[in-house]
Amino acid sequence: MLELSNLYKTFNAGTINEVNALQDVSLSIEDGSFVCVLGTNGSGKSTLLNAVAGTFITDNGTIILNGVNITRQPEYKRARLIGRVFQNPFSGTAAAMSIGENLALAAKRGRKRGLGQVLTATILNELKEKVKTLNMGLEDRLESPIGKLSGGQRQALTLLMSSWLRPDLLLLDEHTAALDPKTAGKVIELTEKIVTEGKLTTLMVTHSMQQAVNLGDRIIMMHQGRIRYDFRGEEKKRMKVADLLSLFDELRRKDQIDNRVAELLELEYV
Amino acid sequence: MTLLIGSITIGLILALLALGIFISFRIFDFPDITAEGSFTFGASIAASLIVAGINPVAATALAFVGGMLAGAATGFIHTRFKINPLLSGILVMTALYSVNLHVMGKSNVPLLSQNTLFTWFEDFSNNISGKDAVVNLIGWSVPARDLWTLCFCLLIIIACSLLLFWFFRTNIGTAMRATGDNDQMIRALGVNTKVMIIAGVALSNGFIALSGSMLAQFQGFADVQMGIGMMVWGLASVIIGEALISENSLGMVIAGAVIGAVLFRLLVAIALRWGMNPNDLKLITAGFVFIALVLPGIMKKTKKIKLIQ
Ligand SMILES: Nc1ncnc2c1ncn2[C@@H]1O[C@H](COP(=O)(O)OP(=O)(O)OP(=O)(O)O)[C@@H](O)[C@H]1O
Ligand SMILES: [Mg+2]
Repeated sequence: MLELSNLYKTFNAGTINEVNALQDVSLSIEDGSFVCVLGTNGSGKSTLLNAVAGTFITDNGTIILNGVNITRQPEYKRARLIGRVFQNPFSGTAAAMSIGENLALAAKRGRKRGLGQVLTATILNELKEKVKTLNMGLEDRLESPIGKLSGGQRQALTLLMSSWLRPDLLLLDEHTAALDPKTAGKVIELTEKIVTEGKLTTLMVTHSMQQAVNLGDRIIMMHQGRIRYDFRGEEKKRMKVADLLSLFDELRRKDQIDNRVAELLELEYV
Repeated sequence: MTLLIGSITIGLILALLALGIFISFRIFDFPDITAEGSFTFGASIAASLIVAGINPVAATALAFVGGMLAGAATGFIHTRFKINPLLSGILVMTALYSVNLHVMGKSNVPLLSQNTLFTWFEDFSNNISGKDAVVNLIGWSVPARDLWTLCFCLLIIIACSLLLFWFFRTNIGTAMRATGDNDQMIRALGVNTKVMIIAGVALSNGFIALSGSMLAQFQGFADVQMGIGMMVWGLASVIIGEALISENSLGMVIAGAVIGAVLFRLLVAIALRWGMNPNDLKLITAGFVFIALVLPGIMKKTKKIKLIQ
């Protein structure tokens, strides 16, 4: 169970570049729930995930994950509970290191790391079995640097890495956005498999309405740092791409009206 | 021939410096100029302790520890106060200059009549091969003690290389390499990257101080100036090693740094022998590293131009 209450985050506070990236965001996500996060560019989706992962400390509000208050915990400590896949395929893996080493690093996510060898025979066997499930033929290339692989292969491996030790929460930030449609489809398939098999609590940012409609059991839509819509249960099941698109239009129209009102007020009073 | 053996021995001693530079520059991508201070720091610690009558092995080990502390200071300043790596290193290097003067009490400590690691090697040679024995090496007569000294240095550097090779394949060591490669990723896997950087820079400077302490014992004195230019020297060694060994595996890269250090020292010895002015040494070393840094970029460009034409 993830409970966010009244989260605020302002970037570049007090300067002309001030951005209120999160404004009074409250959200609670039950165990095993798969939530898709939609929203326009700059609406705060990545900021929301980064806040939960601990990339920065929020200005206000609390973050509680499975009863633990992690609001002020540094990122590396939260990693014990949280698995992550980034938008950029380069972000989730260490390019110069081998596939095996990358996976073995993930096999100890949030655990104590000692002076034992990282690639023991048992770990290597386990790795092979896991990588085989991807059906990408990577199990015979565990020695080669992961940087030589394609973006799709790297995202698939990052998914495997983030879920190796079952995370209490899985954060996916547009993890298929940098891939071609066919590869993206494969990675989404794998995502679904991993999430359902592990019954993982998942927060997935996406720009694809289709993905949001097909996947998961809840959709939230963000706009200007706030959660504007939240659909779940039967309501979510009935959602169609067209419905989502019209909601986007509505948000945009409201923006324009807001702007026009602001202009009128300005003319009136300034 | 004696000159050649002496050069190789110094090259092996400076290979420890190259290993240190390899850790900071190549593993962490951390341009760490603390090296210049910690090289001298190692020398001054070892020299002062030996003069005070401490066992040379203990003195050398404490020099290693001293170097680690210096490196940890740089890593701490960088990670805790977000000061950029180069400036953090400059701060600690500058501070170390005063520290070194305090440790030595003057700017130069002679070790000629002292018991050092190298007098031990000589005693060992005298016991095994006989006093002032001469060995015939492919037609050249060489003092046996020089050969023994070389062998001991070789042993030390092999042991250190193996230790590093082992360490960088442990769970902690692999996390360190990942910190230098992609810190965002390894943080998301639960590693405190600040601690890794502090520990890594400390390890690097430990080796550099070890190198300084051994050089002081070999040449028979420690001098407050002896660290100047050592970072670029180590970098030149690492670059030569990389050029020789194109393979990217950890073991080969470590071996490359060691071989590069010995080779670079030999090149310098030959150049000096041919009449190069020793005052130009640092100028030429810097020029060499500059060329090595820009050459790959230029080669790529010319290749591109060829493709376009
Ligand atoms: N580290 C940062 N420093 C300053 N501003 C930031 C930072 N991160 C995000 N922002 C700003 O916060 C706002 C929200 O950004 P965020 O990345 O969360 O948007 P998003 O919803 O993920 O958009 P996209 O769909 O383009 O990924 C944007 O205006 C962005 O410029
Ligand atoms: Mg984003």
